[in-house]
Amino acid sequence: MEFSELIRTGQAQAELLRGPEMPPLRGTLCVTGHHLLLSPGPQATPDLWLLLLRSVDSIEKRVAGDAGTITLRCKDLRVLQLDIEGVEATLDIARSIEALSSLESVITSFPFFYRPKGLRLGESWHFHPPERYYKRVARETRAWRLSEANEDFSLCPSYPRAVIVPRAVDDDALARSAHFRQGGRFPVLSYYHAPSGTVLLRSSQPLTGPQKRRCAEDEELLQAVLAGARPGSRGFIVDTRSAQAAKQARMTGGGTEAKSAYPGWKRLHRPLERGRPLQESFVHLVEACGDLEQSMDRWLSRLDGCRWLSHVKEALSTACLAAQGMEWEGACILVHGAEGTDSTLLVTSLAQLILDPLSRTMAGFQELIEREWIQAGHPFQLRCAHSAFSHTRPKHEAPIFLLFLDCVWQLGRQFPLSLEFGEGMLLALFDHSYASSFGTFLCNSEKERCLCEVRTRTHSLWSGLNQPKEQRKLRNPLYAPNPLAIWPSVEPQSLQLWQGLFLRWTHPPEPSEVAWEKVWQIATDQEKTEGSQPTDSASEPQP
Amino acid sequence: MEHIRTTKVEQVKLLDRFSTSNKSLTGTLYLTATHLLFIDSHQKETWILHHHIALVEKLALTTSGCPLVIQCKNFRIVHFIVPRERDCHDIYNSLLQLSKQAKYEDLYAFSYNPKQNDSERLRGWQLVDLAEEYKRMGLPNSNWQLSDANRDYKICETYPRELYVPRIASKPIIVGSSKFRSKGRFPVLSYYHQNKEAAICRCSQPLSGFSARCLEDEHLLQAISKANPANRYMYVMDTRPRLNAMANRAAGKGYENEDNYSNIRFQFVGIENIHVMRSSLQKLLEVSGTKGLSVSDFYSGLESAGWLRHIKAVTDAAIFLARAIMVENASVLVHCSDGWDRTSQVCSLGSLLLDPYYRTIRGFMVLIEKDWISFGHKYSDRCGHLDGDPKEVSPVFTQFLECVWHLTEQFPQAFEFNEAFLLQIHEHIHSCQFGNFIGNCQKEREELKLKEKTYSLWPFLLHDQKKYFNPLYSSTSQKLAVLEPNTVSFNFKFWRNMYHQFDRTLHPRQSVFNIIMNMNEQNKQLQKDVKDLESQIKQHKNKQTDGVLTKELLNSVRPESPALKTSLCLKEQTLLPVKDALRTVEGSSPADNRYSEYADEFSKAEPAVVSSEYGVARMTC
Repeated sequence: MEFSELIRTGQAQAELLRGPEMPPLRGTLCVTGHHLLLSPGPQATPDLWLLLLRSVDSIEKRVAGDAGTITLRCKDLRVLQLDIEGVEATLDIARSIEALSSLESVITSFPFFYRPKGLRLGESWHFHPPERYYKRVARETRAWRLSEANEDFSLCPSYPRAVIVPRAVDDDALARSAHFRQGGRFPVLSYYHAPSGTVLLRSSQPLTGPQKRRCAEDEELLQAVLAGARPGSRGFIVDTRSAQAAKQARMTGGGTEAKSAYPGWKRLHRPLERGRPLQESFVHLVEACGDLEQSMDRWLSRLDGCRWLSHVKEALSTACLAAQGMEWEGACILVHGAEGTDSTLLVTSLAQLILDPLSRTMAGFQELIEREWIQAGHPFQLRCAHSAFSHTRPKHEAPIFLLFLDCVWQLGRQFPLSLEFGEGMLLALFDHSYASSFGTFLCNSEKERCLCEVRTRTHSLWSGLNQPKEQRKLRNPLYAPNPLAIWPSVEPQSLQLWQGLFLRWTHPPEPSEVAWEKVWQIATDQEKTEGSQPTDSASEPQP
Repeated sequence: MEHIRTTKVEQVKLLDRFSTSNKSLTGTLYLTATHLLFIDSHQKETWILHHHIALVEKLALTTSGCPLVIQCKNFRIVHFIVPRERDCHDIYNSLLQLSKQAKYEDLYAFSYNPKQNDSERLRGWQLVDLAEEYKRMGLPNSNWQLSDANRDYKICETYPRELYVPRIASKPIIVGSSKFRSKGRFPVLSYYHQNKEAAICRCSQPLSGFSARCLEDEHLLQAISKANPANRYMYVMDTRPRLNAMANRAAGKGYENEDNYSNIRFQFVGIENIHVMRSSLQKLLEVSGTKGLSVSDFYSGLESAGWLRHIKAVTDAAIFLARAIMVENASVLVHCSDGWDRTSQVCSLGSLLLDPYYRTIRGFMVLIEKDWISFGHKYSDRCGHLDGDPKEVSPVFTQFLECVWHLTEQFPQAFEFNEAFLLQIHEHIHSCQFGNFIGNCQKEREELKLKEKTYSLWPFLLHDQKKYFNPLYSSTSQKLAVLEPNTVSFNFKFWRNMYHQFDRTLHPRQSVFNIIMNMNEQNKQLQKDVKDLESQIKQHKNKQTDGVLTKELLNSVRPESPALKTSLCLKEQTLLPVKDALRTVEGSSPADNRYSEYADEFSKAEPAVVSSEYGVARMTC
């Protein structure tokens, strides 16, 4: 396919309005295969303005007289306005953007063409393989093994090639258990909590169906988990659906673990919102944040009505529950909902952030996202196809990854010194998960990424983010390693709206950015003055 | 002391306010002449000043004992369970007596003794000098002068003795105007903007009724107008909602008729009265104090309480005031009904936006002395210092502090002080430990001889000012000279650290402020070390230009630094208020949080595993 077929016009004169705080840009507008370009001429700064077409969420055109206006609402929640000379040019440009921004083909997307200076293809893709995490686990316990039963993605198309399973269970048993779980997602290790010797597992729902079917291998697998942990260990199954919903799922072939079939395991239901209601919550919140004129009462009632912060609270408290079960009760935890690719990952990844100091470092957090979201088969392409502005009816879209980032942000607010990365990192991840020049968030699973050769033909986001020039934006200058678990408060008074994301463009908090700069300055002054000292700065007493 | 019948009760339980079941600490309760003290089994002390007690309730007897709930004016709520009903009854009765004093002389300030001699005490009172402050503004000048009309509180009892008025306003005009203003509070200067030559003036409502006029009052307003050479019109801001002002006309009061006053621009700004504010805060506290509050109930409660709407209204009024001066060069006269609540809020907040001096620690003290204390904000009535009319109590000053807090959130670099400073001031408007906020006006304070019998709060705050510094403060930023806050609704949020000051489980677990403050301190100290070392090296080099020796010297001096840093940190920590010190990670545990009503199922499954140490916590979290 040729992009040129979709580009209806060469160029036009236009003025770009980028929001209240930024000066307008005038220049020549031009549509290419992947970008919208505005070139204000050589004297201007910046001399070129670029927008990835993939990041356009919705487009609106209006014509009046011999000029037109295009409003672009982007997936990163930015709203841009283009005033274009010429009616024909306006319509052509609008149509070109519409066509190009909604292309579904992965291999013609921009990451396959993006070749930045200073980065080599194939770099960083092997930063975070499951093997690496397995090595960490193997240092602590012999109860687990790395299985390559899914080498050709035949057991589970949404799992990576290698997964960590109880040593006592062989690959044949895994195959049978996979058969008994929706989408083949049999229980695998998500996190090994060394201090208590307990584990966090994730899977999808068992296919018990109306006949209450059972699967001996699946039961053995969970039995082996308890046997591999401390003697007398108990297990909890955290089902992210309500008891009612889990029961109903039986009618469609799904269901939940029967108590009698899994001795030692106890089921808890913590309903988490997902799918369309979550997407609608996101849309309503973004709508409310776009209205600068509303009264206090209206704002508070909309903030309440969209329920976003309730979802944050529920997600965090479920993760805390799982973490508490491991650290305080010495219990093994299995998390699943229905498919096991959405709220399940939300809970397991948050629980790790709470318990595991390593996952709070820059490298550890990247590894966590790679392992618990990307390789664990969160369908990014489906979930992030559209953001909050799209007019099309949502099909598979849901901001579950954004909900995760918001929860992490809340952790960062309550433990401002314990995360090595700052708000900038979370914003970057949000932006890139919806539209990116890098290949990391492409496709829905490892299998698809292999088919598309994403690893060899695109750049990894991690190598982009780990460049030295990006660090000041992404890191937390106040970071001090904290070896303890971080237990957040989940009371409504302690949770806040993530202004840095939801109000990033409408209401830039400029004075606080300057203040943040100052924090950086104080922190780096500290490093400098300390750098001149021979004493070990790591042993710096932190109050 | 005659009110105290029981001084010590053992085996008292202190319940956790937000725990869904009955998690508690056991300890001993002591009753002293000034405080209620609870010491738990970990020797942690909880001190409650009698004057801070807003409400004591004795609830119905339960199997474990007699519950006693104490609500404090600093928003602390404690829930004790006293094993024996008789003890509970005694304490309850004592607290009822001790928390509501009938006479000023029984307030804590009159017995509080910080071991200072008389000259120190006097110097403390002279720390904030309003005469000095008017001088700083550039007064008197060719347009404004000090009037001696109220020198003996003859014209207005609730004003201070020293008042600035337009030079062309003669005494008969002032006297005439004062007769036309509610409680004699005629228009006087509150703040003078030197560059703009414009003034903020304040007064009470005119006694205009439906048609009454007063030529002297009209003259006085004209004089204020003329005292500003840059602009021929002035604003008159009535801070009340239009409807309230109109209703006042029926009682012979009201507002200025634009037809009678030349060159005024009249404006209502719609801030509600003290009764609305009181019940609004009450609703807010009811919502935020609910056990097991859901996010949805919290936000709908926040909306129906209307508290943030009021905060926005006050801030908007101050912005209007500041803009009139900055943009239009116009003087502004502000009033409400009596001119001591909303007027104080708007004048002081407006000055704070205009003048960076008021955003320093010292300047903020001056601002409070000037617009609140000296102009007769009725602290004793509004804070309920004495047993009096509960309808006079209203959180007007709290509201002002909250507006300031919202500004500090929006402009993190514009204020020399931090949140702890605001909280500390709030603590002391109710504590009656110092004389500053006792009484309702200056005249009353003089009669009480507060300057001889009590101490001033300000020197104590200044002595501890290290605790109150904002490490991000940038005193030189030109951009922050005049603040122009954005009052879009998103910018207003629930002030958790005020209303849940003592509920530490709701707080962030680590404090950025403390760490930056420490870093800043350490940077300074290290830079000083470097300088010292360099100068020592120089001295040595002069004696002996041997590189090896200087290196040794450096090594011999360096090991001191970490120790020095440790001591710095320790010092810093002890300086911090207890609640700050507790906001560290160690305070964070799942037991403090209700993650799930299911969590107790953990322990149900195998209760034998529950250790006695955490048993209670686990059952309840």
